Order: sequence, then C-alpha cells, then structure tokens
Amino acid sequence: MKINFNHIQTAHCENGVTVNLLQHAGVSQITEPLAFGIGSGLFYIHIPFLKVNNGPAISFRTMPGLIFKRTCKALQIPVVRQKFRSKEEAQKVLDNCLKNGQPTGCQVGVYYLTYFPKEYRFHFNAHNIIVFGKEEDNYLISDPVMEDFTTLSSYELERVRFAKGMLAPKGQLYYPKATKSFDEKLLQSAIQSGIKRNVRDMLHIPGNVAGVSGINYTANKIRKLRDKLGVKQAGLYLAQLVRMQEEIGTGGGGFRFIYAAFLQQAHQFVANDNLLKISEQFTQSGDLWRSAAVQASGIYKGRITAQSDFNEMANYLDEIALLEKDAFKNLSKMKWNN
Amino acid sequence: MKKNNIPQDKSALENYTKDICYALDEKGNYTTVASSGWEVKSTALDVTWDEIKERISTIKNKAIAGEVSPILFFMELKLMDIKTLAAYTGFWSWQVKKHLKPTNFKKLSEKKLQKYASVFEVSVETLKTMELDENKL
Repeated sequence: MKINFNHIQTAHCENGVTVNLLQHAGVSQITEPLAFGIGSGLFYIHIPFLKVNNGPAISFRTMPGLIFKRTCKALQIPVVRQKFRSKEEAQKVLDNCLKNGQPTGCQVGVYYLTYFPKEYRFHFNAHNIIVFGKEEDNYLISDPVMEDFTTLSSYELERVRFAKGMLAPKGQLYYPKATKSFDEKLLQSAIQSGIKRNVRDMLHIPGNVAGVSGINYTANKIRKLRDKLGVKQAGLYLAQLVRMQEEIGTGGGGFRFIYAAFLQQAHQFVANDNLLKISEQFTQSGDLWRSAAVQASGIYKGRITAQSDFNEMANYLDEIALLEKDAFKNLSKMKWNN
Repeated sequence: MKKNNIPQDKSALENYTKDICYALDEKGNYTTVASSGWEVKSTALDVTWDEIKERISTIKNKAIAGEVSPILFFMELKLMDIKTLAAYTGFWSWQVKKHLKPTNFKKLSEKKLQKYASVFEVSVETLKTMELDENKL
C-alpha cells in the first residue's frame, strides 16, 4: 500500500512535515519559509542551569511541535493528533491512516534512526517524519531532511516512535484534515499574526534568557567562559553553540536566513516594501551568526585561545542582539492595510 | 549569504544526505542550495565526539579498576543520562543512581542485570566484563 505522495526536501524536519502534509491537504501555496514564519519559528533561548549532552542548552527556534500546530491553526485547518500507551495500538492506528490514504506525521527519536549517520544520533526525541505507505514489513518514510524517500521496518519504526527520555514521543502521530478550497486572504492574516507573535517572543518575554536579551545573556557567559572552564572546555561549549546554530535543519545562520526568506515570500501576499528591507536585516544577522561561528571554530580548534578572542566572539553576539532588536522593532511598527 | 558562498565541504553527511541552505541568488531573491557540509560545523561535531570518546575511555578504565560501576560506562557509551537510562530500563532514577556505585552493582540480581544488558544491547557477561571494542559500535 502506497499513497501517492510528493516528497520535498527541506532544511528543517518540522517545517518539512508541515509543508509536505499541508501540500497534500491542498494548500499548494505553502513553502518552508511561509510555514516557519506563520508558525513564528524564529527564537532564541539560553536555558540556565540546564545541560544538554554536557553543554549549554541553547535553541534558535521555538518549542518542537509549535510550528505545525500554529501554522495549521492560523490557516484554519483542523489537526488530528494522538499519543499512545500501547505499541500495538499505535501501529494499528497508523496502519488505518495509511489504509485511508492519509500520509501521517510521526514524532520520533533519532538515536535509533537507522538511516541517519551515526555522528548525528543523539538522544533527541523531537524529530519528525511522514509515513506514507507500507510494503510487507517495511514502512515508506519521507524524512524531510533526507534527499529521498527511505524505509523503516515495523520494528525500527516502533522503536523510534517509542524512544524514551526527554520529550519522549509516546508514539505520537498527527495529520491535518484535507481542505476543499483554500482562501488566499487567510494566508495574509496568518502571515500577520505569525509576525506579531514572533515580535512578542523575541522582544517581550520577561527575564533575560529568552528572545533578543537571551543573545546578550550568552554573550556575557562567553566573556567569563575562559576563566571559568579553561580553554578546552570553553571551546566545547562554543562547539555546542555552533552545532545548535548550524547543524542540519537550520538552513544556516540559526534559522535567520529562513526567516529572511519568509519575509521576502510574505511580500508576495502582503504588499508592503518594509518587509523586503527588514528581510535584508535578517540576512545581515544570519551572516553575523556565521562569522561568529567562524570565530568560535578558531577557539575550539585551539588556534586562537586568548581572552580577547572570547571577547570578540561575545561582541559578535551583542552586535547580533542589537540588529535583531532593531529588525523586530521595525516589524512591530509595520502598518497592515487591512 | 550569497548562493555562491555556500560551503561545499566534506562532512559526516556524505553518502547519507545533503543539508538544505537558504541563500540569495544573483537577483537578491532567496533560494535553496544543497550543501555537502561546512568545515566550521563538522569540526564542532568532531571535537564533541573526541570529547565523548575520551570521557568513555576514562570511565572504562575507572570501571575496570572497580572505582565505578560498569553501568556508568555503558550509560556513557550509549550517550544516555540517568533519566534516559531510567526510562529505557523501567527503573526509577534513584535506583539507577544507586546501581552506578560498584558495590551496589555487584549485588544486582540476574534479572536486573538482564534488564540493563538488553537496553545496552550486550550480554550479561559483557555487561560485567566490559570486553568489547567500543570503537566498532
């Protein structure tokens, strides 16, 4: 059994699942940047006291699951979502979806994901894939970060659907219900509300660890890093920052380029030239993140190790914070003509 | 970033997939480019793995010397923390913490050892002796 399904490779898994499932549901206009922007995907948070794989807990995007949820809600598309206690039940419901011709999103852990390179397999449980068919014991998988379709045996799929630990998927599956017709007007208001929410998340969350001020928070940590941890451990700390920023799925520059692309595409639906100008600011920000990563790599390669090198790295981040603050302020000041 | 500046370096993604990057084309419009990798981030991944391997080998030596329980070694080898290991074995976190002490490990029942062994995908025998080549895993 195989559903006729079009696989589009995207930078990020959740954007990809959202795009692929919504396209299948009849929203042909949706693209990865649009889904990311409507879902207010851009973010920055540095969670203090928490460690991930012995490094800092930093994220450049919003909480897993929110992009799909918000995008579907903004486009008024109802979503079916189900978690399971029993593995048998989880498989039965999935098989039923496939029988009904419904490609289905599944949350999975990557540690046991057999088609991933070993170097990328950590206990990260918020990866997203689409199951779109079953041939004998093999499920047909569209993983948005892979170039092509792939497969998992029913055991392999069950194992990743029931991965354990933080953000355990508990067999979760989800899909949007098909829409008959799609109104472009809705896309305009979805773009607006996505931008407004993103302004709120980046500028107005209280405290100093989330949004633009979180970037300053990390900068301050970096200035003290060398004295606190020593050069080697400080380097590993920065390596973790770079991985969160650049590793497979961010589209480069900690999602800033995807957001810049979103503002460009938004301009096709909302004719306001400010969008294009602000898009350029995000391109600039992404470029700065890339330069900061190059600086960081000098440190974790052991090529530059002085306190001044750490200061320079921190200065990049402060500059980025300033730029993004300005960009989001410009977005908040935009006049919407409807 | 300009389309032509997207790095095409060698990385662990080779033979698996390519990374989608967003960049500007000649006209200043965003487009996507598949990248084989970027040396800056593959080094970040490499140094992370070097550190993990170093930590595992230190812990293995300690475990062989009887200073820590073999469970700590396998837990690190499988990149788990106490919470993750507790979730996979079905033990409580405080129980796992207890089993990480070598004296408590020696007192573990066959049934509990078997639970750990199957989560770590080894035999009970290997769980005790730690005789395996972790570089091949």
